[in-house]
Amino acid sequence: MYPTKYHKAASIDDAVAALGAGEEALVLAGGQTLLATMKQHLASPSDLVDIRAIDGMSGVSTDGDMLVIGAATTHAEVAGSADVQRLCPALAGLARGIGDPAVRHVGTIGGSIANNDPAADYPAGLLALGATVVTSKRQIGADDFFQGLFTTALDDDEVITSVRIPAASRAGYAKFRQPASLFALVGVFAAQGAGGTRVAVTGAGEDGVFRHVGLEAALGADWSAAAAGGVGVASEGLLADIHASAEYRANLIGVMAKRAVEAS
Amino acid sequence: MTNVSMTVNGKAVSREVPDETLLSEFLREHLRLTGTHVGCDTSQCGACVVHVNGKAVKSCSTLAASLDGSQVTTIEGLANGGLHPMQQAFTENHGLQCGFCTPGMIMTSVDMVNRYKADGKELTAQAIRGELAGNICRCTGYHNIVKAVEDAAAKM
Ligand SMILES: Cc1cc2nc3c(=O)[nH]c(=O)nc-3n(C[C@H](O)[C@H](O)[C@H](O)COP(=O)(O)OP(=O)(O)OC[C@H]3O[C@@H](n4cnc5c(N)ncnc54)[C@H](O)[C@@H]3O)c2cc1C
Ligand code: FES
Ligand code: FES
Repeated sequence: MYPTKYHKAASIDDAVAALGAGEEALVLAGGQTLLATMKQHLASPSDLVDIRAIDGMSGVSTDGDMLVIGAATTHAEVAGSADVQRLCPALAGLARGIGDPAVRHVGTIGGSIANNDPAADYPAGLLALGATVVTSKRQIGADDFFQGLFTTALDDDEVITSVRIPAASRAGYAKFRQPASLFALVGVFAAQGAGGTRVAVTGAGEDGVFRHVGLEAALGADWSAAAAGGVGVASEGLLADIHASAEYRANLIGVMAKRAVEAS
Repeated sequence: MTNVSMTVNGKAVSREVPDETLLSEFLREHLRLTGTHVGCDTSQCGACVVHVNGKAVKSCSTLAASLDGSQVTTIEGLANGGLHPMQQAFTENHGLQCGFCTPGMIMTSVDMVNRYKADGKELTAQAIRGELAGNICRCTGYHNIVKAVEDAAAKM
């Protein structure tokens, strides 16, 4: 790893100022992705701005039927939160299925969505649930936040502070794990609520997480595994790599959609 | 450089280290606690797992500077007089061969049993295998590791 300068931000203003002052400063949360990237010299930040000690950055609270999850809340904290289990058990299950216990003890929801790995779990959950990402300067709807492989709407000096997630009346998540990386080979999150029926797919899209219009129409008309199974999923625009062809992923999307509905 | 102070295995320690120092380097190179192993250095294998404030964490993927003021327990801090029940169970169930993965396996397993006990959940053999997803062993084939964890869980 190249030398870097570590800062422990005391407030959001402090973090934003440190990000602006550094030549190539980056936010550090759990470091479960960023430190590995630095070891490979794919990132060489001049400064790391650790946001975890900022007051109010971690923890889950509620605002009516809305879950408010601090950006530095770990996957284990989301999985274990009584509020998440009550208002959105599918999201608690998603968090419980990320990586392994040591990763869940340290990795954060803010880090996961800022990174927007095409095989990460949270982007599918947030997109299907119609979540809002709250940052140091604005609020961004999930539809606008995720913008392609490892790309988001965030500016360089912008810090995610929390995520607001409306409770769904029905929601389910099913993930087919890539056994070596533990990430999703394909993951499907299906939800129905005030925002209608939304189905988001991770692990499969060439441009990262996406909504599947066909599955949304079918499940909007009939929320059943049979309806999900009746949708033909095309392989155009899907990833192909050593782990799976685009056709295999297309088939898995249908299978995971059925399982997501069954789990809801 | 940053001055990092922590409590490691119950002892207060303090070292001036480069900001990019990993916890695994802090433990092995600065404190000479070489029981914590580094297998992959890419957060895949779990050989480097230690406890930070009571929770299992991969020390190769955590900055020492971010842990100022923390309580850290390594494999060296587990035995208290005699071996810890988890160490004893690994010995008795032949849960190790070359032993490279063992410090991480044991720290992960102690954390796992503690969490299941705190939540009042049953730790089945299948749950143990799931919980060990982040720990790789190239020798044993895992069966005896699972047996060891089941054995220790009954005694902890
Ligand atoms: C072995 C292993 C298995 C894993 N398995 C899975 C899996 O199954 N599913 C899955 O989804 N993920 C998985 N992950 C990734 C894991 O969830 C990480 O926790 C996550 O991708 C990054 O979160 P972090 O808090 O560690 O962020 P960091 O690594 O600290 O940061 C990641 C990126 O986000 C930026 N960032 C962090 N926080 C903020 C913020 N608040 N505002 C703005 N930018 C920010 C950083 O600058 C950096 O660019 C795995 C990781 C490992 C090591
Ligand atoms: S050395 Fe840390 S996980 Fe392999
Ligand atoms: S005993 Fe050799 S790697 Fe596990």
